[in-house]
Amino acid sequence: MPDLPQPTDEDVDVVIIGAGPAGLTLAHALGELNIENVLVIDRDTQPGGVPRYSDHHGYGLRDLRQPLRGPIYAGHLALRAVKGGARIMTEATVTDINATKRTIEVTAPSGRVTIKAKVIVIATGCRERPRAARLVPGTRPAGVFTTGWLQRLVHLQHGSPGKRAVIVGAEHVSYSAVLTLRHAKCSIVAMVTERSRHDSFTAFNIGARARWRFPLLTQTTVTGILGDHQVAGVQIQDAKGRMKVLDCDNVIFTGDWISENELARRAGLVIDPGTGGPAVDARLATSAPGIFAIGNVLHPAATADICALDGAHAAAGIADYLGAPGSWPTRSLRLRTEGPIDWVSPNLLPPTARTAARGKVLVQFNERRRLPRLEIVQGGARLWSGYVPWGIPTRPVPISDSWLAAVSATGPDPILRVLP
Amino acid sequence: MEQTFDVAVIGGGAVGCAIASALVRESLQVVLLEAAVDVGAGTSKANTAIWHTGFDAKPGTLEARLVARGHHLLTERQADFGWPLERTGALLVAWDADQLSRLDSIIANAQANGYSKVEVKSASQVYELEPNLGAGALGGLLVPDEGLLDPWSIVIALATDFVVNGGTLRRKAAVTGAKRAAGAHELQTSTGSVRATWVINAAGLNSDVVDRLLGHDGFTIIPRRGQLIVFDKLARQLITHVILPVPTATTKGVLVSPTVYGNVLLGPTAEDLIDKSATGTTAEGLATLLAKGRAIMPSLIAEEVTATYSGLRAASEHSDYCYDAFPDQYVRVGGIRSTGISSALAIAEHVVADLRERGVKMAGLAAPTTVQIPNLAESRMRPYQDAARIAADPAYGRVLCLCERVSLGEVRDALTSPVPASDLDGLRRRTRALAGRCQGFHCGAMITEMTSAWSGHSHA
Repeated sequence: MPDLPQPTDEDVDVVIIGAGPAGLTLAHALGELNIENVLVIDRDTQPGGVPRYSDHHGYGLRDLRQPLRGPIYAGHLALRAVKGGARIMTEATVTDINATKRTIEVTAPSGRVTIKAKVIVIATGCRERPRAARLVPGTRPAGVFTTGWLQRLVHLQHGSPGKRAVIVGAEHVSYSAVLTLRHAKCSIVAMVTERSRHDSFTAFNIGARARWRFPLLTQTTVTGILGDHQVAGVQIQDAKGRMKVLDCDNVIFTGDWISENELARRAGLVIDPGTGGPAVDARLATSAPGIFAIGNVLHPAATADICALDGAHAAAGIADYLGAPGSWPTRSLRLRTEGPIDWVSPNLLPPTARTAARGKVLVQFNERRRLPRLEIVQGGARLWSGYVPWGIPTRPVPISDSWLAAVSATGPDPILRVLP
Repeated sequence: MEQTFDVAVIGGGAVGCAIASALVRESLQVVLLEAAVDVGAGTSKANTAIWHTGFDAKPGTLEARLVARGHHLLTERQADFGWPLERTGALLVAWDADQLSRLDSIIANAQANGYSKVEVKSASQVYELEPNLGAGALGGLLVPDEGLLDPWSIVIALATDFVVNGGTLRRKAAVTGAKRAAGAHELQTSTGSVRATWVINAAGLNSDVVDRLLGHDGFTIIPRRGQLIVFDKLARQLITHVILPVPTATTKGVLVSPTVYGNVLLGPTAEDLIDKSATGTTAEGLATLLAKGRAIMPSLIAEEVTATYSGLRAASEHSDYCYDAFPDQYVRVGGIRSTGISSALAIAEHVVADLRERGVKMAGLAAPTTVQIPNLAESRMRPYQDAARIAADPAYGRVLCLCERVSLGEVRDALTSPVPASDLDGLRRRTRALAGRCQGFHCGAMITEMTSAWSGHSHA
């Protein structure tokens, strides 16, 4: 490993918590704007975040305009950030944050330090909801994993989860788990979802299931984990209430992403009830001046390239803030939602932020809608309406940010809703 | 045949470890037989972790006396072992007129147990003490000395104390048979036979089976399952006290309690079972708890769940502990139900006195070795916060389990200690590693690899 900078009690201009695609891309973009003294902190042994152990294609499409394997993408982003002048501190865990003083507490092998920054950026990502949080009953044997655990086990530790897996969930990451399981020579007994169909791309589903021949069991609930020391089976129940036991020795709980919001909450930031992450405006500024947030802590879970483009976008707002921190607006309207919508991001509407990352606002549905039509209203006025290409749970869909300029700073909170 | 021990203690839970530690400190040759791969892996690991005063115990029972004494001894011995105790106080809340009318009898019961510090609280005082309680509380009682203990560390501390003071710990040694020969007991175990002059049965859920193996038939264990839900650390700020319901004849009811690890517990259920291995959770059990939890503290239910688990209390058909010392050099310590960790040190003291009375020669160790248990509690400094400790050994600055902030140094220590962890569950109880909100998403693979590597190393 290269010599990494040692932490000391110090002042920096920008500290970025999390060296995933969002954090690393922001570090690079700040370098391009000649903002110096940028420090990226990550608790893992290497920078890169989730793509580091997602050893398959599909990364880098929107941000780098080329298809890359996860680890190569992660390496490229880290290298680019360092070349741009940022320092990356790994094996360092941020254990507390003070939004008023703009300090963070960091524990690393080289010491326990306090770092003071002009700007703190929370880029802590998201995690999959594990078995316990899904309240799946039964025993507590070994062999129950999330995709995150599985992929680190297989790609970093070169281990194996077992011989026969049941995959719970049928979204993008579930098919990523399929690839990892096959890499580890583990067969797939079934993929199980409570929804009426899978939520990934049709090509992924057809391709994976034709190649490895596993059933997709829809409208099916996992009602129990069996086994004393090792998983011995999974009990499932279909829509008609019929129970069945799937014979397997491991279970992978995939997706159902939740924001890694601990630092955001400890900082006392306004939390968006939909995303579970800090509420942010179009510049990706949070409710506290000088605290920004980017990536999947805001929108669990968009793809890595969208997170990276958050990072690229946030640089301008951070530069503005550093230039004139005193004139930063402190009051915002909230963008609220109605109908089958999980969340919308960004969701704060201060008077000045008018352009979102990629020119898009992300919306996540919580039920399937074919070619849904949405509108945004403020008081009696319709700010925007339009069709979006899909309404699929777990798959955030972009809408235009053109309406941001039409928001009345004095008006009531605008509402985003699904039209019948 | 190998040596004849003075005493064989069957069962390495809180009670067995406390007895074994107390006896070895009296210069006796003691073997502790644990059926599972680790100490504290049964009822002692899966409970509500309440530091009971015994205010609600049945007056006049052995349980009432030993819980009250044990509550005190946990404080008294804290300096020797370093386990955390938090005197949060318990708030017993009445939610209907019937419950409200029973508060007086609860005060009287506490007084009969010699506990006179229970304070009556009005509804508004109840909400002042716990502002996040759900609507409908009519009043309550504050029991200032109830609190929280660390069930994992208490067992590990006592087992470690036992080993470093010369005790012989045999794990994976389930007792399968027993006979008397030449004035001693010969115990068959799954990993060899053991001779001992005295046998002490602290086998928890299996204490009735062991009782019969030893030629007695004094009681039957009716495992009473308690399912529990552990909420995320971000919920900890919602609550200050242990929040108790008004108890019924069979159960103390569903409580909401902080834990020393910084989480919030909701539970337990109380289900009488036949199967002593039925430690799974059920959909009905979890749904019941969530419904009760929503009424007690609605904002708690909005928080993420970190873990669910269930434990079996070793209840018997008797309304008291099943304790007896027999002329055939056998001490029965059975039917120790949900209060066992609070009373464990008092039970041990009771056993020592009983054996001394029956002529067992004892002499307190002149200079017992004391081992401070690593701190798992949020109320004290943890290694990741300790700049001096990290400067001295950078391994304490390398955080492996990110959610629980467990360092490489702590994992290493747990895998190489006098009573080392041999599996992930054992590691979790010694360090909190993998006990956090991500349940291994970030660190599961790495910690599993380290555990098998170190376990292999320590066996080499």
